[in-house]
Amino acid sequence: MLQIACRVLMLLLAGTMTVAAAEPRPRDDMKKDFVRPAGVPYPADNPYETHKVNLGQMLFFEPRLSGSKWISCASCHNPGLSWGDGLARGIGTDMKTLGRRSPTILNMAWANLVMWDGRKTSLEDQAFGPVTSPAEMNGTIEEAVARIGAIGAYQAEFKTVFGDEGVSARTIPLVLATYERSIVSGEAPFDRWIAGDQTAISDDAKRGFDLFTGKARCTGCHTSWNFTDNGFHDIGLPDTDIGRGEWLKVESMQHAFKTPTLRDADRRGPYMHDGSLGTLADVVDHYDRGGLMRPSLSNMMQPLHLSGTEKQDLLAFLGTLTGNNAPVTVPVLPNPQAARN
Amino acid sequence: MHFNIPILSAALLIAAAAPLHAENVIVYQEGKKFSEAEVAVKVGETVTFTNKDPITHNVYSSTPGMAFDLKQQKPDESTTITFDHVGEATVQCAIHPLMKLKVDVQ
Ligand code: HEC
Ligand code: HEC
Ligand SMILES: [Cu+2]
Repeated sequence: MLQIACRVLMLLLAGTMTVAAAEPRPRDDMKKDFVRPAGVPYPADNPYETHKVNLGQMLFFEPRLSGSKWISCASCHNPGLSWGDGLARGIGTDMKTLGRRSPTILNMAWANLVMWDGRKTSLEDQAFGPVTSPAEMNGTIEEAVARIGAIGAYQAEFKTVFGDEGVSARTIPLVLATYERSIVSGEAPFDRWIAGDQTAISDDAKRGFDLFTGKARCTGCHTSWNFTDNGFHDIGLPDTDIGRGEWLKVESMQHAFKTPTLRDADRRGPYMHDGSLGTLADVVDHYDRGGLMRPSLSNMMQPLHLSGTEKQDLLAFLGTLTGNNAPVTVPVLPNPQAARN
Repeated sequence: MHFNIPILSAALLIAAAAPLHAENVIVYQEGKKFSEAEVAVKVGETVTFTNKDPITHNVYSSTPGMAFDLKQQKPDESTTITFDHVGEATVQCAIHPLMKLKVDVQ
């Protein structure tokens, strides 16, 4: 009987929520969905530790992780370029152009699956991917572990954190992931507006917010303070890359890519997994047209019929997501001569 | 504002009739979650997926012998799937990978 009562209550709640969702929510109510979280989530099996962040930062900038000893994570995820590389497609070993654009690694602590196609299940799982990819850093795990392990300064620091295990194929990903999680987009005018400062953004931007959450349907996918649902959608870009469709053979995943964060987006053109849209204005025009019609196209993509002023308002809104990020200090790395092999 | 009385009362009847082995189990997609983490049905029984979110969802399973794909399910749409093989199907939303549900078919 109790079980039945519970179900009835759940159904009643479900009923009222549908009613609420069916009517457009007022701006002040919408704003509640965008409050910044108080802290950074670190997983229980790889908790925060200052030493780990420092070590991870060193390795992130460490070219000796690569086969050529020349390219580091930061070559493509450059803090000066909002943790991307400013290119339409990344450039790896031997100046080879990669298949996709280097995404930002901002706010990865809130990510679920990573990579444009979600093929990696965590940052720890991702870390050796670029190291061993022939197109990217063209190295091997054994070589990376041996090289880093042969450098005295790293040895000592890894011992402090991990004891006898020291530098290993398990501990390198742990520190890289911890460092990446510590990279969070700074407070933006939008955040001050959400926190109650009515003058933090312009009236144009406020109208842009209404469009973003309403007529322009952007919050179908770019949700929460981080402006992503961590989901996968085909937004109708006309290239041949099938994205997530390579891993998941269902119709809606053909040409589907991970929704990127929009934090600091105006620092990160060109846009999309293929860098095919040069400016945010091009992006808004793409959404206005609705994308290439094909069976996998998300049915949340439809022509928007935005006026010129509405497009300007949306762009004004997107501009308010850019924060005052403190410049990133490049770590001092151990003397290159220390690595003999 | 309106309340959909027929659907609600139908759902109540089903809930009241058989809490353990319902002939048709209803699962909602709501707040980017399935309303149940696990449901049990008998061979030949059905599960109806009803999208209560204002966004599009997908429902699929790639469990061998029990695979299906609902493609894209718009807000307020319902789809019913018949489970006619014994086993445990993992059901997911391809769009939102954290949405998962187990269907135990006995
Ligand atoms: C040669 C350029 C290059 C280098 C070097 C590189 N990356 Fe990347 N990174 C990329 C590209 C391109 C992608 C997207 C690839 C894809 O999705 O298929 C990516 C994706 C990622 C992602 C996923 C981001 C997301 O939104 O899901 C993370 C995290 C990441 N890289 C971290 C690293 C780390 C850590 C290193 C160093 C060990 C590194 N990268 C080295 C180019 C590079
Ligand atoms: C159906 C889901 C969906 C909707 C609706 C949507 N987006 Fe996106 N957005 C995505 C996905 C997925 C990508 C990445 C696509 C790719 O690279 O193939 C993306 C990429 C972007 C980018 C590029 C970010 C980058 O770093 O490359 C911007 C900017 C953007 N969207 C803004 C918007 C705006 C503004 C709206 C509303 C007009 C909107 N989006 C509506 C899913 C969506
Ligand atoms: Cu979903």
